Amino acid sequence: MAHLENLVLCRESQVSTLQSLFGERQHFSFPSIFIYGHTASGKTYVTQTVLKTLELPHVFVNCVECFTLRLLLEQILNKLNHLSSSEDACPTHITCETFNDFVRLFKQVTKAESLKDQTVYIPPERVSGMLLPLPLRGPQTTLQKPVIKEVLDKAEYLRDMEANLLPGFLRLQELTDRNVTVILLSEIVWEKFRPNTGCFEPFVLYFPDYSIGNLQKILSHDHPPEYSADFYAAYINILLGVFYTVCRDLKELRHLAVLNFPKYCEPVVKGEASERDTRKLWRNVEPHLKKAMQTVYLREISSSQWEKIQKDDTDPGQLKGLSAYTHVELPYYSKFILIAAYLASYNPARTDKRFFLKHHGKIKKTNFLKKHEKTSNHLLGPKPFPLDRLLAILYSIVDSRVAATANIFSQCLRCWVSDLQRPHGAPCSAECFRSCRRTFLPTAFLELPLITSLVTLQLLTLVGHDDQLDGPKYKCTVSLDFIRAIASVSPLYVLCSLLITIQLQFSVLLSPLNVDGEL
Amino acid sequence: MMPKECDGPAVRMGILEPRQMTGDSFFSSGQGICSGFQFVEMSSRKSKSNNLKHSECLSQVQRILRERFCHQSLHSNLFGVQVQYKHLIELLKRTAIYGESNSVLIIGPRGSGKTMLINHALKELMEVEEVSENVLQVHLNGLLQINDNIALKEITRQLNLENVVGDKVFGSFAENLSFLLEALKKGDRTSSCPVIFILDEFDLFAHHKNQTLLYNLFDISQSAQTPVAVVGLTCRLYLKIFKEQLSLPAEFPDKLFAEKWNENVQCLSEDRSVREVLQKHFNVSKNLRSLHMLLMLALNRVTSSHPFMTAADLMEANQLCSMDSKANIVHGLSVLEICLIIAMKHLNDIYEEEPFNFQMVYNEFQKFVQRKAHSVYNFEKPVVMKAFEHLQQLELIRPMERTSVNAQREYQLMKLLLDNTQIMNALQKYPNCPTDVRQWATSSLSWL
Repeated sequence: MAHLENLVLCRESQVSTLQSLFGERQHFSFPSIFIYGHTASGKTYVTQTVLKTLELPHVFVNCVECFTLRLLLEQILNKLNHLSSSEDACPTHITCETFNDFVRLFKQVTKAESLKDQTVYIPPERVSGMLLPLPLRGPQTTLQKPVIKEVLDKAEYLRDMEANLLPGFLRLQELTDRNVTVILLSEIVWEKFRPNTGCFEPFVLYFPDYSIGNLQKILSHDHPPEYSADFYAAYINILLGVFYTVCRDLKELRHLAVLNFPKYCEPVVKGEASERDTRKLWRNVEPHLKKAMQTVYLREISSSQWEKIQKDDTDPGQLKGLSAYTHVELPYYSKFILIAAYLASYNPARTDKRFFLKHHGKIKKTNFLKKHEKTSNHLLGPKPFPLDRLLAILYSIVDSRVAATANIFSQCLRCWVSDLQRPHGAPCSAECFRSCRRTFLPTAFLELPLITSLVTLQLLTLVGHDDQLDGPKYKCTVSLDFIRAIASVSPLYVLCSLLITIQLQFSVLLSPLNVDGEL
Repeated sequence: MMPKECDGPAVRMGILEPRQMTGDSFFSSGQGICSGFQFVEMSSRKSKSNNLKHSECLSQVQRILRERFCHQSLHSNLFGVQVQYKHLIELLKRTAIYGESNSVLIIGPRGSGKTMLINHALKELMEVEEVSENVLQVHLNGLLQINDNIALKEITRQLNLENVVGDKVFGSFAENLSFLLEALKKGDRTSSCPVIFILDEFDLFAHHKNQTLLYNLFDISQSAQTPVAVVGLTCRLYLKIFKEQLSLPAEFPDKLFAEKWNENVQCLSEDRSVREVLQKHFNVSKNLRSLHMLLMLALNRVTSSHPFMTAADLMEANQLCSMDSKANIVHGLSVLEICLIIAMKHLNDIYEEEPFNFQMVYNEFQKFVQRKAHSVYNFEKPVVMKAFEHLQQLELIRPMERTSVNAQREYQLMKLLLDNTQIMNALQKYPNCPTDVRQWATSSLSWL
């Protein structure tokens, strides 16, 4: 049909397959059809358009919305009821709790619909709910069976519901003895749906992905009226050139096309270039598109923020995404704790002596080290470390000079205990503090609330059981980029960033490093 | 009706095993399949020599064939199960007419004709005068009645016992059960109607708690009470394979067209390529439903402009049936995602199928991208992460254990669900694949 082809681009063979599968209205169709293909390959749209154009009564249900059995079945029945009832009558809401009731109610609802079309008297069955096919029930003239198509979108969620649901739907034509076809749409291949004991195999139809030519054609289709089609087609060409290797999802590409078009038109609007000056336009928009890939494509910033940036014409280089904001708000000391945690997670414990002590001995290269030289901890993930190790590394990073200038430490425990009458919050002297720190014990209580607050922020995680109060183990769950971002904010953190860089080199070469107070 | 003395226990468990189909008989009845398309007109019907219009003709053809393929109509012949059929009908007649209690279990793989067999038997049974007035039937299905409560209500509903008002069944499970058992126990062979219980997907009933229903049903059928026959259908035991034939002639109004159609079908059955297709199909799956699917696909191509089925139709239908769906999905991936899959393939080769995480895959990808001459742009890590998550969404890779809140996504161990041959085959067909990506796939060593 020409009309259909105008509505649905680049899907001629799938549309014709669907049309021939459905056949004419009164014909039987296959009891279940399974359509799979990539996201945004047109499965939902094509099915709906074909059903609407052919005017076949259908019910469309999304399995993400109806995530429980009852929701799903009730929605199907109520929609069916709407279809078959007349315009002025308000159909009552049907409730249905099990699949058995669903089959029974389905038959009732569709029988009502068939009665409207019939002039034939159907003898009442002696026992309702019998599953014998109709011709056995006595003499009848030809029965016009009502045609119903049921479409279940995102059918992969059906697998997680009750086990009898999927096999039941596949056999619905047989169980209800009506001319109903169940169409399942999904991204996942059919082999992953099949139940263990088998089921009624559906007709499997594949919606192939769009080729680059097809994408170009579809995207160029919705060009705004004030510009020419060629102009827009050139723009789409540039857009596809940047994004095609990363993403073939039609919905994403359309969204990006709409978002970035104003930037592309800017030189034309301002009068700096004509519509045909493709090279200039390309030079203007290409860095912008590359920036879009790092931000809007990843949903680091929202589309409205992106549009605002475009309008204000600010330099997109200063964009801060969602994941970049967190480290700014950490308190000063917490940043040190986080860096120490990162070092503790990614450095093996035996190297602490080398890095963090003033006078260390040589580390002999044992067999173990030789064998595992290549596997860097960066590939395997962070390792858990005990609290003592964290504090030890922390104190070796945090120099006494740094501690004295930063006024955030209040008191060590000894002073606090001995000077309870002191005014609240008066800091102790640097000497006192340093001596307390070397023995670890007294100042530990300062860090613990900070550590627990980092755990709450999910920058550190507690490994092992909550009950272990004396030996809690932690793990650092932030990435290297995050730590680098923290470390680079202030020049005081240069020490830490150097430590991290050295630590990265560890897996490659094992040459002795002179890690001292003087770096 | 006269009760007959029966000696020995009234319960008999019969297993009807559908007969195995051998290759030869397949081909000889390959004629049978094709003759399914033959239409023999009823000579008694005084049909006018109406040459129906071409499209109407085809519409009729479509209707008849679709009903046969999609709807499992009752008019098909019972090829290969004649013995079983006789056995079953005997059993049921004994229950219905002589009041003997029996039980039978029909086992066979999916699509081997169990439901069709029982429907045929029931149809024939109901044609006997005295049976149709007396016998009650109850049809249960394991997919619908998933526990004994629902099953009991359904039995009560179907038997129209007194505690049913309209469609609603009142009473608790215990009340219903005792009511049903009362009703069934009260009778004896002389005065009560025989009841035939048909349990489809029988193995699911055996999973109910305590198997109360089954226990009670078989118990009743053993004792001298209302005669009861219990027929269970299940497919769990794949003992033998059976193939049924579609060779029932039907009447068709247009003689001329029917003749042409039959001739065409005859030619098709003798065509070598068609036989090859059928043999291939038979080698993959021997049941009737997959054959119906194949014929349905071929039938789709029959239109007004293309009225007769050709060998090419059948071959194309076969190709559609035997597509590798995962290869299709890989065909639609973006270049970045393909690169990630190749990186995973290399990791699998080096580390012998040990699970990997995103960081390792990214590392491998970086090694490729940092080569001197490359065409793939060095994407940022979050962009690569998004591609990785898309692969996870498509279920091409799978996490080894469920995602916990504490684990970082980059370090979660995953497994690739494609094997090397699948990947290499998919890459052959991949459109616009950059050459160096393809070369990277074959060997991970960089020779640049």
